[in-house]
This record gives sequence, structure tokens and C-alpha cells, in this order.
Amino acid sequence: MIANYGFEDGSGSYYIAIDTDHCTDCKERGCLESCQNKVFEMELNDWDDEVAIIKKDYCNQLKSICAGCKPLVDRPELLPCEKACSFRSIVHTW
Amino acid sequence: MTISNVEKVEYWKWEESNWKNPDIPDCSGSLITAGVDIGSTSTQAVILADGELYAYSSIRTGSNSPNSAIDAMKWAMDGTGLSLEDLRYTVGTGYGRVNVPFADKSVTEISCHARGANMIYGPSLRTILDMGGQDCKAIHCDEVGRVTSFMMNDKCAAGTGRGMEVIANLLSVHVEDIGKMSFMIDEEPPPVSSVCVIFAKTEATNLMRAGWSKEKVLAAYCHAMALRVARLLERNGMEEDFAITGGIAKNIGVVRRIERILGVRALETEMDQQIAGALGGAMIAKELVEKKNAKKIS
Repeated sequence: MIANYGFEDGSGSYYIAIDTDHCTDCKERGCLESCQNKVFEMELNDWDDEVAIIKKDYCNQLKSICAGCKPLVDRPELLPCEKACSFRSIVHTW
Repeated sequence: MTISNVEKVEYWKWEESNWKNPDIPDCSGSLITAGVDIGSTSTQAVILADGELYAYSSIRTGSNSPNSAIDAMKWAMDGTGLSLEDLRYTVGTGYGRVNVPFADKSVTEISCHARGANMIYGPSLRTILDMGGQDCKAIHCDEVGRVTSFMMNDKCAAGTGRGMEVIANLLSVHVEDIGKMSFMIDEEPPPVSSVCVIFAKTEATNLMRAGWSKEKVLAAYCHAMALRVARLLERNGMEEDFAITGGIAKNIGVVRRIERILGVRALETEMDQQIAGALGGAMIAKELVEKKNAKKIS
């Protein structure tokens, strides 16, 4: 399942997409440690599989929370959380 | 008449309802499962008898979610002869899903809406727009109603049922009449702000002062709401067949405008689209019972 966490307001859309189908095969859980603001956590989904989610309280603040990893110049090709996911299942949409 | 005895009409209050399937006069001996969807503004309870829709109710969510769940279920059971003890398995869903005191499991409203919409509209359904009281969700599902992707926006009440209630009160128009009235115009006006319901309310007030008719203001608001959710649908990917669930699905002013913007036609149903979440919960409850029974046998 592609889970899109985030929000849209007058300034734009700010979503992080997670392909949770790969979470069950993931042993490293790199996403949990890669984020300096610890926005990721693991949760049992409706089918009792452990998958990564964005913490509920952070969903509507991603624009500002993630700003630290998104410099205007010299931005890396992959952000720390995108890089930490060995399945490349995390994608920032802005 | 003094100011104190002027009756205050609450235009936002939509009609609560309950229903019992006339084709199932007696459900004794049937597997009874239930779903309760506690939303931010409305609560639905659905009862299935052997997987068939047996009864449901839809009420406004009160200040106490557990009481709302009990009230909704009791009203759904009204005239059925059932009591809470007869429920074999109950799934709680929605914003207040952990507050259903008699639920055996809580499941996210995203999964429940997909499953419920699949039952209402059939296996060809792929895209669901759930327009709830305080958020809206674009959901993709497969032929059995399993979610393949979702996108949600609950940043602001604009584009939600609560936003519509605010406009109903502002313009003194019953919320159920908004859709029809929004088409009583000569030309589609530009949309009001779709970013924030407070801005939209201010803009609507200014338009009324500028001489716009209520119908024209309603058209502008419905237009704005449709634009906002259409963007969400486009971002998550639009795939036919498409259906709308939640309270706003009953507002043709928004539904027709979404169809016009996206160039698609939403599937129609005789059933109450607002019960999709609770219906999905009850379906999942049935599947969980069957899974447990199958495990016992093996």
C-alpha cells in the first residue's frame, strides 16, 4: 500500500509517500534512526503487519519539520530518510 | 416577541436516520457482526446478518464518543429485538475508533471505507473519495476492497462536512438544501477561498454584502470545495470506477462539480453513502469471525 502522509494548504502540498508493502521484508528499519526529528515509527496495520508510518502529530507539520534536511542549494539527490530505506520505499513529494 | 424567546434555527443540523432491512424479518440463528464509525461530526452503526445489511443508524456525534457509539448502536437495533450481547464481533472505526466500548477490534477508517464502498458499489470500484466531517481522503482499492494507496488532508475544515455546516449556518440555509440551491444560478461564479474555512466564511460574508444571492455564494463555496478535493484525487491518481462516500456525497452541488472538474461520473447508489465506513467495519468483523472459525476447524 502506498500511504501518503502530510497535508495541503495554500502554499502547496507536502506529503511523504511510504510503500508499506516492503516494510514486512525490512530488517534494518533505517527510517526510524535516519530522521533527526524522529517522524517515523512502526505500527501494526489493520492486517497485523508491522509497517512504517509518520507519527500522527507530525503529519500536518512536515513542511517545517523536514525543512532542515532540504537546503535550497546543494540538496543531496536522496534525503536521509529516503537513503536509509534500503527498498527506496520512502519518497518526499515536494 | 423578545429577543430571549426567538427560536434559534440550527441550519447545519442534518437529519439523523435509522433503517431496518424489510427483507430480513428475523435474524435469529444468523451470524451478527457490526461496525461503528465514530466520525468527528457523525456516528454510524451498521449490523450485518450473515453478511447481509440488516440495520443501520446515523446520528450526530456528541461530546462523549463512547456514548455516541452506544446511542448509534441502540438506535440501529431499534425494532430488531437485538441487544449488544447478540453482537458476535464488532469493529470500531473512524476518528473515535478506540472509544467504542463494545468493539472487539479497531480498524482505520481508510480500510473500512474501502471495504464498505466495495460492498456498496461492487468490485469494479477503484477510486474512493471519502469526504468526512473534518477531513477528506482519496483512496485506491483493488477488486476486493483492499487499500492500495491513500492520501488524506485534514489541515483545515475547508473541503469538509464541517465547512459546509459553517456556511449553512452563515447563510441560514438548511445544509441538506445547499446542493440543489447551488445550481439555481445563471452562471458559475469563481470559487471562494478553498484554503481555510474561516477565510471562506469571511469571503462569503463580503460577497453577500456586495449583493450576491445566497445561491451564487453557495455555488462559489461548492465550487471551491470541489476544486480542493479534486486536487487531492489527482495527486493520489484517478482511476475509474470512482465513487464518493461520507456525508458530502449527498450534496449534489459538490458531487456534480467534482465530476465536471475531473471529467468523470461518480457511481450512484440507493444506499446511504455515509454508512460506508461502518459497513466496511461490519464486513471486516464478519471476515475475522470466519477466519477464527476456520482456524478452529483446522
